[in-house]
Amino acid sequence: MFQSYLPFLALISALCFILALKGLAHPKTAQRGNTFAMVGMGLAIGTIFLSLGTSVANIIPLAVALVAGAVIGIPVAGRIALTALPQLVALFHSFVGLAATLIAVVTYLQEYPIGGLLPKTATELALGAAIGILTFTGSILAALKLQGTIGGKPLAFKGRHVVNLALGLIIVAASVHFVMTFSALSLTIVIIAAAILGFTLVAAIGGADMPVVVSMLNSYSGWAAAATGFMLEMPLLIITGALIGASGGILSYIMCKAMNRSFISVILGGFGNNESASAATPTNAEGKTPALAAAEDAAFLMQNASRVIIVPGYGMAVAQAQHAVKELYQTLSNQGVEVIFAIHPVAGRMPGHMNVLLAEADIPYDVVEEQDEVNPSFPTTDVTLIVGANDVVNPAAQTQPSSPLYGMPILEAHKSRFVYVIKRSFKPGYAGVENELFTMPNCALILGDAKDVIENLTRALKE
Amino acid sequence: MDFPTLLTIFTLACVVGYFVVWGVTPALHTPLMAVTNAISGIVIIAALALTATHGTSETLCNLVPCTAPGKVEGYHTASIWLGSVAVFLCALNIFGGFAITRRMLAMFKPKAK
Repeated sequence: MFQSYLPFLALISALCFILALKGLAHPKTAQRGNTFAMVGMGLAIGTIFLSLGTSVANIIPLAVALVAGAVIGIPVAGRIALTALPQLVALFHSFVGLAATLIAVVTYLQEYPIGGLLPKTATELALGAAIGILTFTGSILAALKLQGTIGGKPLAFKGRHVVNLALGLIIVAASVHFVMTFSALSLTIVIIAAAILGFTLVAAIGGADMPVVVSMLNSYSGWAAAATGFMLEMPLLIITGALIGASGGILSYIMCKAMNRSFISVILGGFGNNESASAATPTNAEGKTPALAAAEDAAFLMQNASRVIIVPGYGMAVAQAQHAVKELYQTLSNQGVEVIFAIHPVAGRMPGHMNVLLAEADIPYDVVEEQDEVNPSFPTTDVTLIVGANDVVNPAAQTQPSSPLYGMPILEAHKSRFVYVIKRSFKPGYAGVENELFTMPNCALILGDAKDVIENLTRALKE
Repeated sequence: MDFPTLLTIFTLACVVGYFVVWGVTPALHTPLMAVTNAISGIVIIAALALTATHGTSETLCNLVPCTAPGKVEGYHTASIWLGSVAVFLCALNIFGGFAITRRMLAMFKPKAK
């Protein structure tokens, strides 16, 4: 009797997941959202055991697997340094991908010998296996890149588009063969080719394009779950997979839009290579050199400012300067200066990266503003301090149609009265483009490690 | 459930996902990825459903037309092992994913008045 209510319980789980995403609309409701998601997951797992009823088998290995996941997963999530968050997120994506592939293989192993495999199931099986393994290898590589184990530079080899295309064709051909013959060999070929494709796709993308890669893999893990749901006719998997797929897809879209690049061009990779670098230099050919300043100069101006905007970028994450920034924020606030943080959507290595770092340093979220909110404030701001950001504040994006950055939405830091840029060197940003801002009359560079410079600034303010 | 029904469910879920995700504040995009990552561990229910089943034996092939009677038992045993690995990976994702989301969200605090 209660068996007929199981689909309804699955629907409740799905609703919990939707409420979880809804909760993320505001930091106040976010924690409650996460609790909803946990309830939904618990309910889904409970429902599965209910539906198996007394026929449940292999309970010991399954319980061991479940408990092992909890015993390893929870402490890792609790102890990992937050600077390692992007790679941890990428690593977690890889697990789902691999699990989806394993489930496809398990289905094959169980159904094929007893003649239970149908062409329809086989199609979904091949699709799920391919997306899953592609997510797996792609995420592993992305995690390694973010960790810095292998260089973050795009590994763009000549003819990679041909290789990718060939791999894609192999996957399609082997899938068709698999659906017609159910041959284990062709399924293996599908999996191997998709694994290589995941690797080559991510290999060509690097550095500041990482937010797109991470969101894209997020999206793939959802589609892999949805494909599994189609294969096994489990609506809950389809709903959840679609939610995740949509989420990752939208994040990818937001990231691409914030860089003014098409999704295709990011995926095809190879930004910041020689051609764009040489094309961009003419703007600065007149030999203007940026003005240099000391931390004390900036401190003096900030002290007398009524509003200071701080623009954090990936450089802040690298220097782990967020706690020093918090000190600065505190000191300025105590002196009656209004401090706002301005965050560009693609600052950092994953969507929302800067927000998490600032939150970690205990900077309240209501002084952290997004691009559209903060841009009107720059013209009335006395001092803007840029901490390790570059391309996202380059005015060339608005003024130089020849610049590769042209059309990219930027933080209009150059409109404030004074701009100080903390930089380690004169090197251009990820896009390989000279930053016009640095040679503007209202701008000065403070060279040095972000953390040291900010500590000096704070010290000068306190004196 | 037939394919058209599942496709309907899929399409509706995409639409719901689209609207809900656009409502997420950009400040919480990292927790969004972490929580969607945790709930993508939902494939655990597929792994459980497949793995928590009794093995079939060759005698089954006297009743249904088997493709490869000799492989029925061996393949099933292998599937249980692989299925357990899948359960482990999903559990890692679920517990780790929710824990990290919780930890991240706990850091977002409003300005003390």
